[in-house]
Amino acid sequence: MLPGNIVNELVQIVGKENVLTEQEELAAYAFDATADIPKVLPEVVVTPCNAEQVQQIVKIADKYEAPLLTRGSGTNLSGGTVPIKKGIVMVMVKMNKIIEVDYNNLTATVQPGVIIQDLNDAIAQYDLLYPPDPGTVATATMGGSVAECSGGLRGLKYGVTKDYVMGLEVILANGKVMRCGGKTVKNVTAYDMVKLFVGSEGTLGVITEIIVKLIPAPEARKSAMATFKSIDDAASAIMGIISNKVIPATLEIMDNVTIKTVENYAHVGLPTDAEAILLIEVDGIPEVVEKEAQAVARVCQENNGSLKIAETEQERDDLWEARRAALPALAQVSPTTVLEDATVPRSKIPDMLKALRGIANKYQLPIGTFGHAGDGNLHPTILTDETNKEEMERVHKAVDEIFEVALKLGGTLSGEHGIGIAKQKYLEKEFGEAGIEALEAVKKALDPKNLLNPGKIVNV
Amino acid sequence: MAKYDNLGNIKAEITKCMKCGNCQAVCPIYKELFGESGVARGKIQIAKELLEGRLEYTDKLKEIFELCLTCKACAANCPCGVKPDEIILATRAALVRKKGLPALKRYIFGALSKPKRFRMGMGMAAKFQAFGLKKVDKKELVKARLPIGIDKRRVVRPLANKSLLTQMPENNRVVQPRAKVAFFTGCMLNYIYTDAGHAVVQVLNANDVDVILPKKQHCCGIPVFINGDMETAKEIARYNIDIFSAEKYDAIITHCGTCIGAWAHHYQELLADDPEYGTKAKELAEKSFDVSQYLIDHIGIKEPVGEMNYRVTYHDPCHMVRGVGISDQPRQVVKSIPGIELVEMKKPDRCCGMAGSFSLSHYNLSSRIRDKKIDDALAAKPELVLTSCGACRMQLEDGLYQAGSDIPVKYVAEILAEAYSSERGAAIEREIG
Repeated sequence: MLPGNIVNELVQIVGKENVLTEQEELAAYAFDATADIPKVLPEVVVTPCNAEQVQQIVKIADKYEAPLLTRGSGTNLSGGTVPIKKGIVMVMVKMNKIIEVDYNNLTATVQPGVIIQDLNDAIAQYDLLYPPDPGTVATATMGGSVAECSGGLRGLKYGVTKDYVMGLEVILANGKVMRCGGKTVKNVTAYDMVKLFVGSEGTLGVITEIIVKLIPAPEARKSAMATFKSIDDAASAIMGIISNKVIPATLEIMDNVTIKTVENYAHVGLPTDAEAILLIEVDGIPEVVEKEAQAVARVCQENNGSLKIAETEQERDDLWEARRAALPALAQVSPTTVLEDATVPRSKIPDMLKALRGIANKYQLPIGTFGHAGDGNLHPTILTDETNKEEMERVHKAVDEIFEVALKLGGTLSGEHGIGIAKQKYLEKEFGEAGIEALEAVKKALDPKNLLNPGKIVNV
Repeated sequence: MAKYDNLGNIKAEITKCMKCGNCQAVCPIYKELFGESGVARGKIQIAKELLEGRLEYTDKLKEIFELCLTCKACAANCPCGVKPDEIILATRAALVRKKGLPALKRYIFGALSKPKRFRMGMGMAAKFQAFGLKKVDKKELVKARLPIGIDKRRVVRPLANKSLLTQMPENNRVVQPRAKVAFFTGCMLNYIYTDAGHAVVQVLNANDVDVILPKKQHCCGIPVFINGDMETAKEIARYNIDIFSAEKYDAIITHCGTCIGAWAHHYQELLADDPEYGTKAKELAEKSFDVSQYLIDHIGIKEPVGEMNYRVTYHDPCHMVRGVGISDQPRQVVKSIPGIELVEMKKPDRCCGMAGSFSLSHYNLSSRIRDKKIDDALAAKPELVLTSCGACRMQLEDGLYQAGSDIPVKYVAEILAEAYSSERGAAIEREIG
């Protein structure tokens, strides 16, 4: 239970309309986009409109030692925004101003509630681009995606969120304001606090302002789809493209289960007998794009892939339609969709795909795998029903094994979704005892009372 | 059991939601209020809690479920194919069963369930409305003078002196008919935009179609349905089905997003477990069309010769574009008119914020949503805004007035009727000349 006065004090800071306390309203903040995670209602939801209000709210949480969970759009896939210790949920979506676009330094300064797509829409007229593009670009906030360090389809060539965050304003757990980083490309002043906060999942501080790097938007792009009768051929093609010094903006794979499901759902003319499909897009300067597209075509053909190149924008959209339909199609098959993001070095993709097939057989579960083959970030997706207890037990065992295999192949638990609570129990397997101790030490140093999104990533 | 008769019937729909939150990107209410309970995902999860007994039927719950325009943008954008609008309507229906309707709605819906009483009431209202309304300078628009449930800032169209059904003969025949259709006018064309009602008959006649206006027809009942009063909605559905199956028509024609939704989908859903009326509803659904859909897809429009030199933009009514899937046909009708330049506004299918009684109970919020639509419409620099729904038209007229614009709003049928008329004018001139 929260101390009696806390709600009144919150109301005084942000006004009545920005404080929710009734069960019916709180129920809408008890979950995020993660499957198979129990719901927990917060005790109060508060929506600040500026950094000063955020600071005051953090001070109140500190004063009353109340858990404080910072939330953007709540679209993450790690259970990161489920308030497992109850307390205060602070929603940042009303702080949604693009403060500045700096054309000379190629940066944008934004409040945390800005939607990623809105930033890209605002800079498109200047032919600039903010590359990180998680599947949730149209809904996720900049603050949320910085806190989760989200990735996306362009990761292979353009990297992920942490490669674009240059500066932050953060309210620390004690209520003090810290600024770190800035607009300079070079910055080695003290510890890299910016990188520490990117991907910290709201456990170390509250981000109130973000400076991101922008790049000139690529002038041209070309997409192709290659179908393969064998996984090994597809994998050789992936490796071959990159060893030919071509770094596609996107290099996506869909396995046979996904292909069949997508075709059944969207009827886009996919070959259901193919073992794998690669979707490839190269972008950049027109002449280079042309040359790279030819290299991609050659490599795919050399590896027995049958190739379709999109000649028009419409044909490009049609190709990507299949990839966009992957998750929705898989999601329609069963009531619950358990989506993982275990990631392996690119060279281990075939091993990972084979292991996933083995796991699917062993636990008698439909697993569709698609994802970012170019950067080794696969999305094995288990189709199940969370009300079926016996099946969920098998699902949990399968998930355990997926992570085990990924780590054994030299990979990592999470390519882009984060740890939250969903992958917490595997953390020690990747970090070891010393690593966990170091993580805990960081958490304790910055949040000694364990109030900021408590219970996520590490348990202190 | 019919979909909306028990909240449990909608369970499978609720389970389909994977909580991705994609609905946030398109929900006009979420874009204004930024609250999770305002958007489909939040409402679906709240409905789930309700269904599983962890939440009660409270006033707060009712307040939350009132915050939906039923614009179906979430459904169209849902990767899992969830129909949040159905979940919301089912919850509204469950709330009405548990908690009843508020006094004013109970009174109005009570009157709606009695077609004759409703017609008389509307007749009286047309006579006495002058007391409650004052005219806006030089316009055919009025504002509320007294607190009669309309926000005093708002401009509306007054009720017509005589309803369309009393103005027009029941049979409007042509010499060599290609078809015989019944015109379901709906309330907006019958009581307010009667000129547009005439236009519908005129364009059908011009295409050699006999038009019958069954005099006893009634409100489509969707306002009642949207508010969760499913029993009254069923009564109205059965009544209209009786009226429109008394005689054999080739088609039932409407010119309203909400009315076409009633005939195309909702009557069937409501009466799904009524063997007699369910079957009739299904049969009638197959031959119910918006006037543009009928002209383009079914009989082939007679292309007008008369030139109309306007730059126009078209607003898609939600229930028409997403409810029934009609968006191309009205545009084709417009483009068939020589001289017309159709300029698309940004997001032509985004909700105007009217949503029937929503705009009465939540005028401020409704206006904020409307203003975005007006900005988009004005950016297309039209001389005329077209739509296919009276409620949208009324909202757009208010919005344009508030934005200080004189641009008129019309139904698609009206511009086509004008084109046919000018063509006749031209023909007469030629004969005389």
